[in-house]
Amino acid sequence: MQIVLYFGILGVLAWPLGLYMARVYEGVPCGLDGVLGPLEGLIYKLCGIRPEEEMDWKQYAFAVLVFSAAGVFLLYLLQRAQGMLPLNTQKFGAVSPDLSFNTAISFVSNTDWQNYGGESTMSYLTQMAGLSFQNFLSASAGMAVLVALIRGFKRHSANTIGNFWVDMSRTTIYILIPLSLLYSLLLVSQGVVQSFDKYRTVTLTRTVNYETPKLDANGNPVKDASGSPVMERAQTKQQTIPLGPAASQIAIKQLGTNGGGFFNVNSAHPFEDPTPFSNFLECLAILLIPAALCLTFGKMVGDMRQGWALLVTMFLVLAPLTFLCSKAEQGGNPHFSSMGIDQAASALQPGGNMEGKEVRNGITGSAVWATWTTAASNGSVNSMHDSFTPIGGMMPMLLIQLGEVIFGGVGSGLYGMLIFAIITVFVAGLMVGRTPEYLGKKIEMFEMKMAAFAVLTVNALIKVGTAIAVSTKAGTAGISNPGPHGFSEVLYAFSSFADNNGSAFAGLNGDTVFYNTIGGIIMFFGRFWVIIPVLAIAGSLARKKHVPAGLGTLPTHTPLFVVFLIGVIMIVGALTFMPSLALGPIAEQLMYH
Amino acid sequence: MSRKQKRSLFEPKIVRRALWDSVRKLNPVHQIKNPVMFVVEVGSVLTTLLFFHAVITGRGEASPGFILQIAIWLWITVLFANFAESMAEGRGKAQADALRKTRRDVIAKRLLKPKKGAEVEEVSSSRLKKGDVVLVEAGDVIPMDGEVIEGVASVNESAITGESAPVIRESGGDRSAVTGGTLVLSDWILVRITSSPGETFLDRMIGMVEGAKRQKTPNEIALDILLAGLTIIFLLVTATLLPFSIFSVKAAGHGSPVAITVLAALLVCLIPTTIGGLLSAIGIAGMDRMIQANVIAMSGRAVEAAGDVDVLLLDKTGTITLGDRQATLFIPAPGVDEKTVADAAQLSSLADETPEGRSIVVLAKERYGIRERDIHALGAHFVPFSAQTRMSGVDLDGREIRKGAADAVEKYIQGQGGAFPSDVRVAVDDIARQGATPLVVAEGRRVLGVVRLNDIIKGGIRERFAEMRQMGIKTVMITGDNPLTAAAVAAEAGVDDFLAQATPETKLKLIREYQAGGRLVAMTGDGTNDAPALAQADVAVAMNTGTQAAKEAGNLVDLDSNPTKLIEIVEIGKQLLMTRGTLTTFSISNDVAKYFAILPAAFISIYPALGALNIMHLATPQSAVLSAVIFNALIIFLLIPLALRGVKYKPLGAQIVLRNNALIYGVGGLIVPFIGIKLLDMLITALHIV
Repeated sequence: MQIVLYFGILGVLAWPLGLYMARVYEGVPCGLDGVLGPLEGLIYKLCGIRPEEEMDWKQYAFAVLVFSAAGVFLLYLLQRAQGMLPLNTQKFGAVSPDLSFNTAISFVSNTDWQNYGGESTMSYLTQMAGLSFQNFLSASAGMAVLVALIRGFKRHSANTIGNFWVDMSRTTIYILIPLSLLYSLLLVSQGVVQSFDKYRTVTLTRTVNYETPKLDANGNPVKDASGSPVMERAQTKQQTIPLGPAASQIAIKQLGTNGGGFFNVNSAHPFEDPTPFSNFLECLAILLIPAALCLTFGKMVGDMRQGWALLVTMFLVLAPLTFLCSKAEQGGNPHFSSMGIDQAASALQPGGNMEGKEVRNGITGSAVWATWTTAASNGSVNSMHDSFTPIGGMMPMLLIQLGEVIFGGVGSGLYGMLIFAIITVFVAGLMVGRTPEYLGKKIEMFEMKMAAFAVLTVNALIKVGTAIAVSTKAGTAGISNPGPHGFSEVLYAFSSFADNNGSAFAGLNGDTVFYNTIGGIIMFFGRFWVIIPVLAIAGSLARKKHVPAGLGTLPTHTPLFVVFLIGVIMIVGALTFMPSLALGPIAEQLMYH
Repeated sequence: MSRKQKRSLFEPKIVRRALWDSVRKLNPVHQIKNPVMFVVEVGSVLTTLLFFHAVITGRGEASPGFILQIAIWLWITVLFANFAESMAEGRGKAQADALRKTRRDVIAKRLLKPKKGAEVEEVSSSRLKKGDVVLVEAGDVIPMDGEVIEGVASVNESAITGESAPVIRESGGDRSAVTGGTLVLSDWILVRITSSPGETFLDRMIGMVEGAKRQKTPNEIALDILLAGLTIIFLLVTATLLPFSIFSVKAAGHGSPVAITVLAALLVCLIPTTIGGLLSAIGIAGMDRMIQANVIAMSGRAVEAAGDVDVLLLDKTGTITLGDRQATLFIPAPGVDEKTVADAAQLSSLADETPEGRSIVVLAKERYGIRERDIHALGAHFVPFSAQTRMSGVDLDGREIRKGAADAVEKYIQGQGGAFPSDVRVAVDDIARQGATPLVVAEGRRVLGVVRLNDIIKGGIRERFAEMRQMGIKTVMITGDNPLTAAAVAAEAGVDDFLAQATPETKLKLIREYQAGGRLVAMTGDGTNDAPALAQADVAVAMNTGTQAAKEAGNLVDLDSNPTKLIEIVEIGKQLLMTRGTLTTFSISNDVAKYFAILPAAFISIYPALGALNIMHLATPQSAVLSAVIFNALIIFLLIPLALRGVKYKPLGAQIVLRNNALIYGVGGLIVPFIGIKLLDMLITALHIV
């Protein structure tokens, strides 16, 4: 019921936003030109951008790479130097080199994997000028690449695919900033903090006893013979309440499918996500732009049905997985069931698997968030996926492994989906006996080469990365759970890196030199080794002639095509990960049956 | 029509040769061209080595018997794929051998001067050069491709076309091209040699059917890339399973890592071997089907492009209508009896051997009972058609009967001081508007009436065009007729559009316009003036009876010179692509069942709970893996006939074709292996093989 409502409202909001964005990208008046136009002009003047100058795909790709490399470099410097810079109320020192490297790439690649705890590592300046800033820019870069690809379909016999700087600027100015402003205000109204004050320390009403993992001199958890961490008793009477300019960052973190939380536990933190309404708003924000972009695509290629077909495809994959996840969680922990513990909902207990979930969000709210944040490459969390039931936790993992194309990151999700659409059109097109065409463009050797390259890259990064991690000491050291669950943690992490999701299974201790370094590298290739082939396809498509559709042309807006597309996504995603999933969540689930 | 007999699919001679070839093709140098099958071969080598390792050390990762069986079946998988390719090639080779027999060395009579009666020098045909002129007389074999520069002869071209009826070859015009290896039956011709040794039409034909110079076509390469991509992905899937399982063994505390033999088996089952193994066979078979249709493709690209054609340019005469018009009605001039017109028309046509003339005689006989008379017995003098008068007729007992086009007859009448009646003018215009051709009959200075000649639309052609429309192909009729006539014929035949009063220039312009709109155009042509348009068209079918220039410009040559063939060619092209698409889908959807067979078997020692995934209830892990591998190999073999024959093609819209094929090959591909693997497992268990 709750799930249906979520999807319904999403559809209603995505439509107008999609059409609005199409106007922004087509350069026609969109309604905000009067207010924001001067700002746009000013930026062009300051940066020396000549908006009328167009780029071919190589120039476009070069611009994306240079821009992102500069972003990584600056963010790295900012973290290393934060101790000397203002707005550092908690006097945090420099972030370690490997962590800075990881975080810099993480935010520039729109992954927002967090190996750091925001409130215990990053100064307000780093959070705002570094992380928040990249939240905007990495999102715009992704959307710009998508728009370039759409132009590839739209144009014919053309050499250029737009101007990256213009696409970037217009995305940020006309789409992300207005939406984020609106969202921040709504969130503040729900009690999300927005403050430059120091952290507050408050005295608790009663003393709390708790267990904490014993740490060795290096700060790593000490483990006993069986590999479980050794616990020690601790006691406290005080609690530090972290504050900061959170609301503004959370708005863009959700909207830009970034997911890098202000606080360590992300939106499970009451100051990030205090009420059911704020939870609903934030959840909605995850999918809002990715969904709307489908319609932008439809509008821009001049056939709304094409956009709806892709949106429906995404919905048809996500809805059952959301439902399955929710059902698995409500079904409770299979381990408990096998012990005969009653987990049914009753007057005395909410039932289901509540471990790692916030009571205010509940199971459905958590399951919806978990699946949506992984479907979109957002990666923010409001519950701990590590504590989900095996099958419940497999859904988010599967959604990442499908290639972050089910909604996916802003821009990146749809261009990923379009790559799958190209592959689908190729196979389906052959079946009707014609050289395949998508939106009037023939899909030939070059497009297949690039599409195969893009799909292969991400797939290879996940598998090889996981293989390295489970075969090396440095890799296995971070695993905190025994058995198949430990494997799931590693597999999840590498899926999250390579597909630029950024959510974590949480059990894995990722802040080590090993994970920081390999993670950074994988995030980088997972992002840019897809962007380059995508832009290459855009360039190649733009050069082609437009083939008018006829009866012999395979229609790409029909239910049949949608089913076929889902099939291809499932085969490339689900089928190729089935053996690894069998060793992780599937084994875990079956063990307790 | 010797070649028209369909070669049976498994002709013993071809099979024998293919069996040997499939072993020869195990050579890695050959295999590497096909990445999918190359991976299988590497897997075969690897498992074979593992078998020897197990036998020699006695500490193999699995029982030697099991490893050996996997290795054998992997080798068989490669052999089956090679066999499919060899079979496809074999059919072409058999054809090539037959052709090669006609390419024997003959003694040519080279003329020292290009003139009949010049001195003759006898040289071997292999020493002839381009530009030489040879004399070919009755009973001689034409030594090389050339052009008739003098004389006329009847030639038996059955060696090339399979058609035993002789054809006329004469200098000038569209019937001047002769092909080396064909036999002159009567008279003599002087031939100027137009090709160098080794580059003749026959040589090219042999090369094409043999697949000797076969290059992968663009679409085949694109599919190859996709298959190679999938292969690499699955290679990663299986390769990383080794460290994953080693880790899992540690994590679970028991079990053994997955055996490399099992991984090799899993890999071979997952990569798209079905399509990978049959891909080149499908391509060669596509060319072969063209040859069966008596069409020689000058490149594989042309066959593929044929499937993509959106616009067909069809000549009206011979393609849409029967070559000849038929008289269907006599319309008398005012004051003239209908029978008089018929009688005069018949008289004027008695000596007219054209089909139109004959049809007038027949109509007069059928409609008015006017018996055919012997023109010589009547003592009549026949006046043949000439380009100047544009009339033909007969002079009989002082009567001068003429028939011809309205304007020609009008001029003739006026020349004699007569007047052209306005009623006749109206009748003439009416007939033209109906898409028929009017012939005016006159006697002396008096117009007797009009004969209506109708184009006869070929039977079933309208339905053919409707099918084309279903397939999304636009048909355009090309005709020299005036627009009025053209529109009427077009409407009757059911073509989508027409080009009237076509000239080579307007044809070329039309093709360019369609191409600029992103469409692929196919056309047929035979004359030299068709050459520019043929060169411009994406799929250009030249008639074998056509000129050398036309044949050079076309990328397909129709040996039957049947203009309707174009439609068949399009179907063969589509069939080729469809066969690739459906087998790809089938191959990939097979993977689901194979997972359910192999995964539980591979991991059961680590996580016994994964036995729940063994939904087929296969007997043992070994039998499960073995049945999957055997199924994978057998399915290639079983699909060879499909690959060679091609998927059945029905002219339907893309949406319906996709739905049907997705159901048969997609859903079918999901279900079939579940059944197949289960059956094999039962068989293996019953035989106690592992």
